Amino acid sequence: METKKTSLYKLHQNCNAKFVEFAGYQMPIQYAEGIVEEHKFTRNHSGIFDVSHMGQLFIYGGDELIKDLEKIFPLDLKNLKLNHSKYSFLMNKDAGIQDDLIITKINEGFLIILNAACKYNDLRILKELLSEKYEMVLDENRSLIAIQGPKSSQILNEVVIGVKDLNFMSGNWFSFEKQKIYITRSGYTGEDGFEISISNDFADKLTRELINKGSKLVGLGARDTLRLEAGLCLYGHDLDKDKTPVEANLKWAISKERISKGDFIGSDIIIKQLNNGVAKIRVGIKPEGRIIAREKTKIFNLSDVHIGEITSGTFGPSVNGPVAMGYVVNQFSKKDTKVFLEVRGKKHAASICSLPFYKKSYVKGAN
Amino acid sequence: MSEVKYSKEHEWIKLEGDVATIGITKHATEMLGDIVFTELPEKGSNVEKDGTAGVVESTKAASDVYTPVSGEVVDTNQEIVDDPSKINQDPENSAWFFKLKIKDKSEMDSLMNKDDYDKFAKETTT
Repeated sequence: METKKTSLYKLHQNCNAKFVEFAGYQMPIQYAEGIVEEHKFTRNHSGIFDVSHMGQLFIYGGDELIKDLEKIFPLDLKNLKLNHSKYSFLMNKDAGIQDDLIITKINEGFLIILNAACKYNDLRILKELLSEKYEMVLDENRSLIAIQGPKSSQILNEVVIGVKDLNFMSGNWFSFEKQKIYITRSGYTGEDGFEISISNDFADKLTRELINKGSKLVGLGARDTLRLEAGLCLYGHDLDKDKTPVEANLKWAISKERISKGDFIGSDIIIKQLNNGVAKIRVGIKPEGRIIAREKTKIFNLSDVHIGEITSGTFGPSVNGPVAMGYVVNQFSKKDTKVFLEVRGKKHAASICSLPFYKKSYVKGAN
Repeated sequence: MSEVKYSKEHEWIKLEGDVATIGITKHATEMLGDIVFTELPEKGSNVEKDGTAGVVESTKAASDVYTPVSGEVVDTNQEIVDDPSKINQDPENSAWFFKLKIKDKSEMDSLMNKDDYDKFAKETTT
């Protein structure tokens, strides 16, 4: 299969991007300044991320669709207000996570943002579950551009007037060059920011205007260090079909109202795990010193018993030290528990810590 | 008069008397990206030609550092352990990795000179 290119490919090239193949797409891992600078620029100023490889799935339907989607997602969708978004997951019957996603109520139905590597499989699963009753469009004619960081609201508002009034985890239709664009106030960096769904033909122009106003392109490399510092999961690493939302410590994303009734895919397991606890659970892990513990690093307790594994680990530029997360046997998941990480054959001290590693408050209301 | 030579693993080596100073090339740092962690061999240990003698890590991945010649480690550069970003700033000078008292100068013969290395580096850039 030929590698796909996003509509910003030429712009990435002009900005000296280093490319990497990701989920079948040629994506920029970094630009000339490098991951650390791009990461810091996002935290202090404003970074633009091309996330057009992600799936934008529009599902059209009314009250019946809401009922049918509630059988799939552990969300209180009938009370989800127009243009409001929720983080959720597509689970299998064992509550294993097949994808994590953001679902937004739009006028004609829902918009679901899916991970690039999962999107075609998600579409197949959802079509089957919904028995092809509803019109579903995995729209590849639209790009998805994220702008993240403290100056992003001001910068984007200069190009698309009114976006600064959006609340966190809500969106609306706006206009750019007479094109309808859908913008949500959201992101995956731990910073205030926006995600913009825009026709492929206009994505380049919009991005260039944002760059002219002072934002900069940031690659997937910094997106990974930013999301890990923010304690956010990466599908295929921290989440997969062998892990449930309860094990992933994401039970906050499951609607309480829905748990009381059950009746969604995987609800039996979720309710059982909420009542009885889980054997393993996702935690933050802070290595002592500078040693970096990468994915698949084994975790040991003080008696040298293997108790878990790292699922994401890197150097956090804003923390200025190594950061990691992983799964450990539940009894070792308490904050400040001392553990050892085996890196290149040697054991290194670390401790369980709370997430995120880096905290900045999201904008709750309008400015 | 000292000559700098280069290995296919992108290390540089400068021989003065029987002591060789070894580091990684600018080309290597450009391929690695921002270096955020360094591990060096222990002083007094012996390293073998083409064997692992350290590790550098970028935000993306870990890479082994090899020694292009055999010898005893007589000194290591603590500055690049304390602040690995120095390697990106000045890789072929102040950010050297370790010094070896070498056993066999003839091990230098198979290494590349600057022109050959530059050509080699250009060809291996992807």
